[in-house]
Amino acid sequence: MPDTYTKLANSPIGKIVTGQTGLPRPTILERHRPGDPAVNGRLLLGAASGGRLAGPVAKVLAALDVDTATALDDDVRTAVAGAGLDAAVHNPDGPGRPRFKALVFDATGIADSTQLRAVHRFFRPVVGGVEPCGRVVVLGTAPEDCAGPREATAQRALEGFTRSLGKEIGRGCAVQLVYVAPGAEAQLASTLRFLLSARSAYVSGQVVRVGKASGKPPAVDQHRPLEGKVALVTGASRGIGAAIASTLARDGAHVVGLDIPPLADDLAAVAGALGGSFLTCDITADDAPQVIAEHLLREHGGVDVVVHNAGITQDRTLKRMKDERWDRVLDINLSSEERIDDVLLEEDVRRAGGRIVCVSSIAGIAGNNGQTNYGASKAGVAGMVAAMAPILAKRKITINAVAPGFIETQMTAAVPFAIREAGRRMNSMSQGGLPVDVAEAIAWLAAPDSTGLNGNVVRVCGQSLLGA
Amino acid sequence: MTTPLRKVAVVGGNRIPFARSNSAYATASNQDMLTAALDGLVARFGLEGERLGEVVAGAVLKHSRDFNLTRETVMSTRLSAETPAYDVQQACGTGLEAAILVANKIALGQIDAGVAGGVDTTSDAPLAVNDDLRHLLIKLNNARSNADRLKVLAGVRPGMIVPAIPRNEEPRTGLSMGEHQARTAARWGITRAEQDELTALSHQHLAAAYERGFQDDLMTPFLSLERDQNLRPDSSVEKLAKLKPVFGGPDGTMTAGNSTPLSDGAAVVLLATDEWASEHGLPVLAHFVTGETAAVDYVGGEEGLLMAPAYAVPRMLDRVGLTLQDFDLYEIHEAFASQVLSTLRAWEDPVFCTQRLGRKKPLGAIDRAKLNVNGSSLAAGHPFAATGGRIVAGAAKELHARGGGRALISICAAGGQGVVAILEA
Repeated sequence: MPDTYTKLANSPIGKIVTGQTGLPRPTILERHRPGDPAVNGRLLLGAASGGRLAGPVAKVLAALDVDTATALDDDVRTAVAGAGLDAAVHNPDGPGRPRFKALVFDATGIADSTQLRAVHRFFRPVVGGVEPCGRVVVLGTAPEDCAGPREATAQRALEGFTRSLGKEIGRGCAVQLVYVAPGAEAQLASTLRFLLSARSAYVSGQVVRVGKASGKPPAVDQHRPLEGKVALVTGASRGIGAAIASTLARDGAHVVGLDIPPLADDLAAVAGALGGSFLTCDITADDAPQVIAEHLLREHGGVDVVVHNAGITQDRTLKRMKDERWDRVLDINLSSEERIDDVLLEEDVRRAGGRIVCVSSIAGIAGNNGQTNYGASKAGVAGMVAAMAPILAKRKITINAVAPGFIETQMTAAVPFAIREAGRRMNSMSQGGLPVDVAEAIAWLAAPDSTGLNGNVVRVCGQSLLGA
Repeated sequence: MTTPLRKVAVVGGNRIPFARSNSAYATASNQDMLTAALDGLVARFGLEGERLGEVVAGAVLKHSRDFNLTRETVMSTRLSAETPAYDVQQACGTGLEAAILVANKIALGQIDAGVAGGVDTTSDAPLAVNDDLRHLLIKLNNARSNADRLKVLAGVRPGMIVPAIPRNEEPRTGLSMGEHQARTAARWGITRAEQDELTALSHQHLAAAYERGFQDDLMTPFLSLERDQNLRPDSSVEKLAKLKPVFGGPDGTMTAGNSTPLSDGAAVVLLATDEWASEHGLPVLAHFVTGETAAVDYVGGEEGLLMAPAYAVPRMLDRVGLTLQDFDLYEIHEAFASQVLSTLRAWEDPVFCTQRLGRKKPLGAIDRAKLNVNGSSLAAGHPFAATGGRIVAGAAKELHARGGGRALISICAAGGQGVVAILEA
């Protein structure tokens, strides 16, 4: 549910008050419901000339049955036609202001900073016509994959464009940049499915890297991409963990919830409601990795998705932080994850196409007063993702992380009012996210067709002002 | 026993000037106008007392008394009363469909000569008693006793006086043709400027055709008119730009200028074998090569109401082994300027041509200098069923004047239909 202020500001009287006083009126964000279309409205697809992604994007849009329009640009129309997408025509010179739910621009053709004007020319006439909770996705080539310095420069510039547009577009709209490696054109489906839909309600201003992967990603049912998969979720009894469990279950997975023995009742209730199963275990115990591995092998013959969600805070300024506080936070939030992953790998518990998704934090990116321990653990998670990605890639396993910003949970409800209000509003959405927003991002990274996503840390923070 | 197919000659045509609705022909009936057009044809080609194979014509808006309109018309003309006739109706495609029917009989050897045409009036329109009153009157007629009759009459209600007026709207969608086309225009991104340009050209071309006497042997004056009443020789993009949109809401691009007005008129065309023509000392302007019809699902499907010709033409081209560029003239009926432009754009579009037509490549662009060279419906007006006859006669004459060539004719029609044909000289 939206926070009280957001609800108030969107009430009939609240609309008058916010309108006259200039107080912010956060948009009530649309969220995905089972069976919803991928894009809840018309999508405009454009491309800078010489791009390589209009066709691959059109193929995804055709499969998702997205109502798409393009300008009367022969290159784009030919690419779209070749992909089997029956796209309408959009003429920017036509009368009226057409409404779009999503704008997608293939910028891979931009090879020089002077050509960046193609981005301006595409977006300027239509950005005002984006519907509330609309989606903007720019596709580019990562600077490290570019042919020369001019191209790398121009492609890096896209990041400043999308992040700035994310801050000004408003009305709950989200803006992302997706760098697609040459050769990874077939890896776009899961990422577009996430970024174009209401699943990515609280994700904005992000840069996602889609890389090459061996073989074609498997075809999935867009409504149940995790059908037949087994997913382990640590810390599943409450808050974000419970939301992750239910979202993965909604997407078709059999969820194995894990939490500490004192929370067994809550855990059993969560798992029971989802038709999943559970395992009580203290992940910091010496034998925890073995216990988990044996349980997964015995009960499920292995595991496909591991979500390292369990985490705690034990805040103190550094000079007042006792050893136990430091050790406990680091052990639960980081070291235990390393130990579990090691055993699951060694014992071959993880099945081919396995997915590891970790939960980092905005505190690990921007740092936070009183959280040297927590910040270190969460930055360590990001480091682990970066370091392990190339190693796991050889075994066709991917590892990624989400980094939540201000999420409305019991944990944030306990934060003092003034600090809580500041945390809530200081982002492009002017509101906190919901546990389900984090869960949706995890479900995306965990999807079987997310083969091209490896080593990403994606923030779920409504484009918070904090951090890069 | 088989008979070889015979070539079908277009000998010539005749029409009366087209009038704007509720104006010069306000009191003329469909039969009056069709008679005038047909009698003019008879006079021009010396067909007095001639028994033709058949006369086929129709009207879109028709009174119930006109159940045998064409035959009644024939009997009012100087043709032999032994000339058989029948009515057809395929909305705005009526005239061209009639020509296809006559041409087919000639080709098959069933007849040697025939007339195809059509007529429509939006002024002398067939008002009907409304359905409630009609049901009541039928009941009254069936009542056996005075008491029963009184009982039925007691059911008369004031609302029953309101007549049923024929409306220019699709029964299945409740949308007018203009509103349908406004959606198609928006889908194809057709701008106001393009439409006004096409409209101005239509007026200029038709005016020029009148000036050089091109229309002299295609037309018989009727009542007070010698030229099409809707024609604005001084029409220009600037003048057209001042008009307010009438379809597609305040952001619409379609105005009373770049949409055809409701109009009244009639047109006929004489088809025959080459032998019949030469025996009668008549010219052969061109040959009617073939025709094709198509329909689209504009109700449940995604296609625009007036887009059927975009399907019919490629089908016909494939059948005869021609490309869209193999023509010297393109006669695309201007129901709305945006209809013509949407059709042309669709043929150029890779998405439409692959996804909707199932082709590998777009049909491509046409040379616009060959499009509606003597003006079309935007200038002349468009009495629904009369348009086919006007176009066939005009295109055949133009081909003949050029000493040969090939013309593509395309007419869109209500109900998501399209009728197209090829002439060759």
